[in-house]
Amino acid sequence: MKYWRTPLDVDRVKIPHGEVHIIPERCKGCGFCVEYCPKDILVLSEEFNSKGYHPPIITDGSLCVHCQLCEMLCPEFAIFCVLKEEGLAHAS
Amino acid sequence: MKVHEAEPATRPKRKRKIEEPIEHPLESWLRMDRIPHIWCSTCGIGTAVTCFIEAVKKTGIAREDICVVSGIGCSGRIAGYIKMDSFHTTHGRAVPFAVGLKLGNPRLKVVVFSGDGDLTAIGGNHFIHNARRNMDITVLCINNFIYAMTGGQLAPTTPPTAVATTAPYGNYENPFNLPALAASCGAVYVARWTALHVRRLTTSIAEALQKKGFSFVEIICPCTTLYARKNKLGTGLDLMRFYHDNAEICHGIDPREVDIQFQSKIKVGKFVDIEKRSYLDGYNEYMMKRLGDKFKPYGVENGKK
Amino acid sequence: MQADPSGVLTGAHYLDGDKACAEGAIAAGCRFVAGYPITPSTEVAERIAERFPFIGGFFIQMEDEIASMAAILGAAWTGVKSMTVTSGPGFSLMMENIGLGVMLETPCVIVNVQRGGPSTGLPTLPGQADIMQARWGSHGDYEIIAVCPNSPQECFDLTIKAFNLSEKYRVPVFVMMDECVGHMTEKVVIPAAKEIEIEPRRYTDKKPGEYKPFEYGEDLIPPMAKAGDGHAFHVTGLTHDEKGYPVMDWVTQEKCVHRLIEKIERHTDKIILTEEENMKGAEVIVLSYGITSRVALRAIQLAEEKKINHIGRLRLQTIWPFPEKRIQELAGKVRAFVVPEMNYGQIVREVERCAAGKCRVILVPHGGGTVHKPEKILQGIEEAYQ
Repeated sequence: MKYWRTPLDVDRVKIPHGEVHIIPERCKGCGFCVEYCPKDILVLSEEFNSKGYHPPIITDGSLCVHCQLCEMLCPEFAIFCVLKEEGLAHAS
Repeated sequence: MKVHEAEPATRPKRKRKIEEPIEHPLESWLRMDRIPHIWCSTCGIGTAVTCFIEAVKKTGIAREDICVVSGIGCSGRIAGYIKMDSFHTTHGRAVPFAVGLKLGNPRLKVVVFSGDGDLTAIGGNHFIHNARRNMDITVLCINNFIYAMTGGQLAPTTPPTAVATTAPYGNYENPFNLPALAASCGAVYVARWTALHVRRLTTSIAEALQKKGFSFVEIICPCTTLYARKNKLGTGLDLMRFYHDNAEICHGIDPREVDIQFQSKIKVGKFVDIEKRSYLDGYNEYMMKRLGDKFKPYGVENGKK
Repeated sequence: MQADPSGVLTGAHYLDGDKACAEGAIAAGCRFVAGYPITPSTEVAERIAERFPFIGGFFIQMEDEIASMAAILGAAWTGVKSMTVTSGPGFSLMMENIGLGVMLETPCVIVNVQRGGPSTGLPTLPGQADIMQARWGSHGDYEIIAVCPNSPQECFDLTIKAFNLSEKYRVPVFVMMDECVGHMTEKVVIPAAKEIEIEPRRYTDKKPGEYKPFEYGEDLIPPMAKAGDGHAFHVTGLTHDEKGYPVMDWVTQEKCVHRLIEKIERHTDKIILTEEENMKGAEVIVLSYGITSRVALRAIQLAEEKKINHIGRLRLQTIWPFPEKRIQELAGKVRAFVVPEMNYGQIVREVERCAAGKCRVILVPHGGGTVHKPEKILQGIEEAYQ
């Protein structure tokens, strides 16, 4: 997500941070989570799971804002996000 | 007997990683002994199931009060994965089976979760009559525009010119406009969303569940192995990208205007949300007036069973 | 268990078979009926529609027979005793969902007031040509129970029996009436509620989470649960295991489907009901069912007037399961079975199969539309003595 300018209250407003958990064995490599993560922190890994699919891996977990789109879009119940704490946003 | 082993002073202390038990938040709602499910990679049905369970959680309806009834097809397998009283019935007959459940125990919340062919082709008669009766059930229709389970045959919702195995040169029939069908038959809540609109779909399903009367939500889902592949549309992900670029939210629009052509704009939204007496309420009210005190109201006192 | 007195119209009534059947259902505790009008069964549904609002039952006229059958299965799974009524053409439509009822092992009753067939046939006239269809109508291997009343009083009694059998064996049970019995008016005595024996449904005592919908004991009949009790069970029409989950392999097919058949076959001596008369020293046995059995009585009277004696009479009250052992036993002792039926030969095939050549089997067929003439059955009896 790109801001056209840095928000004025970026140093005061707390946003949620989440921790993404992936269950690689359940993944079927559909790519929905990768495509629609608003912070682009997921990519399909080079590794295979035992079914031959490429599960996603997290590139920078600290950027996760707990939007839970990955959790809702995933058709396989293979990825979910746990609310960690609220912290200050990282200016992008 | 516990033996205390003295750690050699020279060995560096290794940090032990404590493994958190990884459990997806919806696992208690699913039959985990049958997961992973049979649906293909990039199929949207799993997403629809996630939205359904989230919607149920949102409404706070007690799990034991919900019954899920499915027909036959890929969507028909939904009942088998959800951990509620669930019924996998015959092709097209999920709606009358659900009606039997609802009338047998009016306290139950009965959800029909089935496919476009199952509900509107072979099940068409039951669909229109129970919408007419305003039977208090919720019908969630997974519309993937094709009969996927059996290999990709024509469905009543297949857009014109699309290819299916029983229309190998393209579909020359006029498809159904499901929201218009439901609305014209008397459904009190009609909405359409795609599998991409996860949050709006969840809210819509929650509203449909809480609505008294016949509520209908059409969920447009990508079908990669049959619809997308036969029509050279890529994978389910490509279809999701298509929904992203071509879905227009038109709340309250006349349902007759939301027909879908091949790779056309898809109008989504909540089209109908009206109040009408449900079937059982109408029955009790009418009979009370007509028969007086001797009439025994049905399903009203003590929640029956 | 005794019948619920709220529905029982104790006393002597002058009712036709259809209405007596409806009263029998109500006395048995049926409180949900889904039907579609079809001559000559409509009066059953009409009577139910008149009575149910006062006794807390629910009648719905569904959009077709297929929906009716599906609806009664759904209602049965909520713990209600349910029934549907139809005739030939509707019976054919219901077949797929009858298969579902058998596979899900759902207790319910299907009343078929038979009429002349095939196809639209003779809507207002009797026939008995759906007997094999009751047994084999749906696809696949399975076993059901069917009863056949021959009078309005029996319509009342055997409908109660049908409900009891369906609850005990967790199987759809058919009441195979015919238009003649359905539309004939006779005295029907409805006893006091406490004299009517009702079979209660056997529910599981397992806690939620432990219940398996098709887990069975010695008797091969799994206890049931009902929707809304928190068991979160899953049932499917696909071949399934004890948990109710679909399992697509031949081993499960063997276990699942074979038990559906064994469940009935193992208990045939408790299910089968026949009426026998004058069997001692009988040389010829007239085997009949339904309205034809009453004509057969007259034919036997005529035969005895002609000094033809030693005619035994066997009337089937349960048609399915067929009393194979009894017929096998009798075949060795008599010259012939005379089988009058209002069709071109259905139960006669079972008799021939069980007699296995040990005696003659003489069919007295009749296409339906009216009952046999007693003289025709008499001819059959005389032929048996040649």
